[in-house]
Amino acid sequence: MTSPIVRTRQLRLQIGDRILCDQLNLSVAAGQRMAVLGQNGSGKTTLLHSLLKLCRVDKSRIEIDGRALTHWSRRDLAKTVGILFQENQDDMPATVHETVMLGRLPHLSGWRWESESDFALAENALKTVGLEAMTGRNVSSLSGGERQRLAIASLLTQSPKLYLLDEPSNHLDISFQIKTLKLLTETVIRDNSALIMATHDINLAARFCDQILLLNGDGTYTLGPATEVLTDVTLSHAYNCEIRHVATDIGKLYFPVT
Amino acid sequence: MSPFRQYSLLSALTALLVISIIIALSSGSVSVPVSTLWQQLWQPTPGIEQQILWELRLPRAMAAFVTGGLLALSGVIMQVLLRNPLADPYILGISGGAAVGALAVILLGVASVWISQAAFAGALLSVFVVFGLAGRQQWSATRLLLTGVVVSAGWGALINVMLTTSTSNNVQSMLFWLMGDLSQSQTHGWHFVLLSGGLLLILSQAQALNALARGELMAAALGVNVTRLKLLLYFSASILTATAVTVAGSVGFVGLVIPHMLRLLGARDHRWLVPCSVVLGGSFLLLADSLARTIVAPQQLPVGVLTAMIGVPAFLFILHQGARSS
Repeated sequence: MTSPIVRTRQLRLQIGDRILCDQLNLSVAAGQRMAVLGQNGSGKTTLLHSLLKLCRVDKSRIEIDGRALTHWSRRDLAKTVGILFQENQDDMPATVHETVMLGRLPHLSGWRWESESDFALAENALKTVGLEAMTGRNVSSLSGGERQRLAIASLLTQSPKLYLLDEPSNHLDISFQIKTLKLLTETVIRDNSALIMATHDINLAARFCDQILLLNGDGTYTLGPATEVLTDVTLSHAYNCEIRHVATDIGKLYFPVT
Repeated sequence: MSPFRQYSLLSALTALLVISIIIALSSGSVSVPVSTLWQQLWQPTPGIEQQILWELRLPRAMAAFVTGGLLALSGVIMQVLLRNPLADPYILGISGGAAVGALAVILLGVASVWISQAAFAGALLSVFVVFGLAGRQQWSATRLLLTGVVVSAGWGALINVMLTTSTSNNVQSMLFWLMGDLSQSQTHGWHFVLLSGGLLLILSQAQALNALARGELMAAALGVNVTRLKLLLYFSASILTATAVTVAGSVGFVGLVIPHMLRLLGARDHRWLVPCSVVLGGSFLLLADSLARTIVAPQQLPVGVLTAMIGVPAFLFILHQGARSS
């Protein structure tokens, strides 16, 4: 049996002295999508950053592709794991084309320049998010939603094996939220890659992910298949607010009551 | 931007450099025609022109090129390191430290050969003070910037104390030093070695710089060892700036304006921006110094005055054009 793309063993997430999540054992195999849900500050972003060595964490408790994170170099990790950040910094001027090409950076060793195939990948990614007509535009002239789509194109260009998405629906209108997640889900299933996304949108999580990690913020968590974790009781407990659902022809829709 | 445009930009800049060198060598209080210049360079024949060319203008042109190249390169680095388009090589207080060193030597009336050594020592002192205060643990760009600006202000106060307490004779030479002046400059082989070494080193990190410009987290996520890169950038920019300051005093504007001009001209990829900056920075200072020597000849202006006088309108013009086209 092949090892899962990402696995954690008794992982503890903490910021300062505050323990966000303790004894976390998760595993995401090829083709699987996991959503991380929880209140603000419950550790969703910290979990994603930990998997990429972007914050203080016991690296020996995380395995990517069957190998402990301690043994991964930054560059190799960047070829395998890609992240969509919650916020993008663009103080320095850059065009859409330059930004999307950055996704190829981990794959270019030393002095090597981008090849035709790198450019083709980038062009394709821009087409998938509908930005192909804007390649020469300055990033600072784009709208919030266009920037988010650009960041997603950049991630597609990086073509990692594990996609980490921090609030992927940020700034996107409803049709693009569905389009983007559909596209990413299809990509993950087609390429046998994996996806972990932190989100506030329970309905997107229910629709596109097969596993749910629900962080309660006090160190405890609920993990399991979407159908088991997404119940009114567990959600209401985690969000500290009454949540109910209605059944529709595309599945359950969750909404807050109080 | 297509590689073709980048190549043409670099070739145009190289052509500009050649023209700048010719202008720097031929113009001055005695003008040397280009034909004589050519002949004197390849087959020097003794005479006044040979002396002017080999003993005055060539050394000064070399100093101008090296200083301009060093400052422009250092400016590129600082702007990425601090992720602030308004950063320049002096923003972290290096020129302030150097100035205090140089002015102290002038004030004490020690032989002027010590000025550049004192300036270099002052610059290094400042580099370590800022790093010690801001860089020990996790240093953020903002923390580094604020520390640098405050240390700069401290040096500024010391400079004012020295200016107000010295004799008018000393004040004149102090002001020339503070504004940046090439008339006393001497270059050595190691200045060129340092410039080319720095250029190669930063070129090897050009892709990492492209990533760092988008933030430290983004760079780390793209596989860059950010802590190591920042240390490398901080100390290489510091040494480049300290060297430039010891050659010519604190010539302003080059490090801020040159990288910006090139970015506005489309060279935002650091694999192009870095070499283009060195070439344009060198040419810019060559041209500015030629003007400094000629506009009020036989008197000479400090080159720093000219860099500001050319730099401000040129920069505003390009900024305006860039805003219109995008």
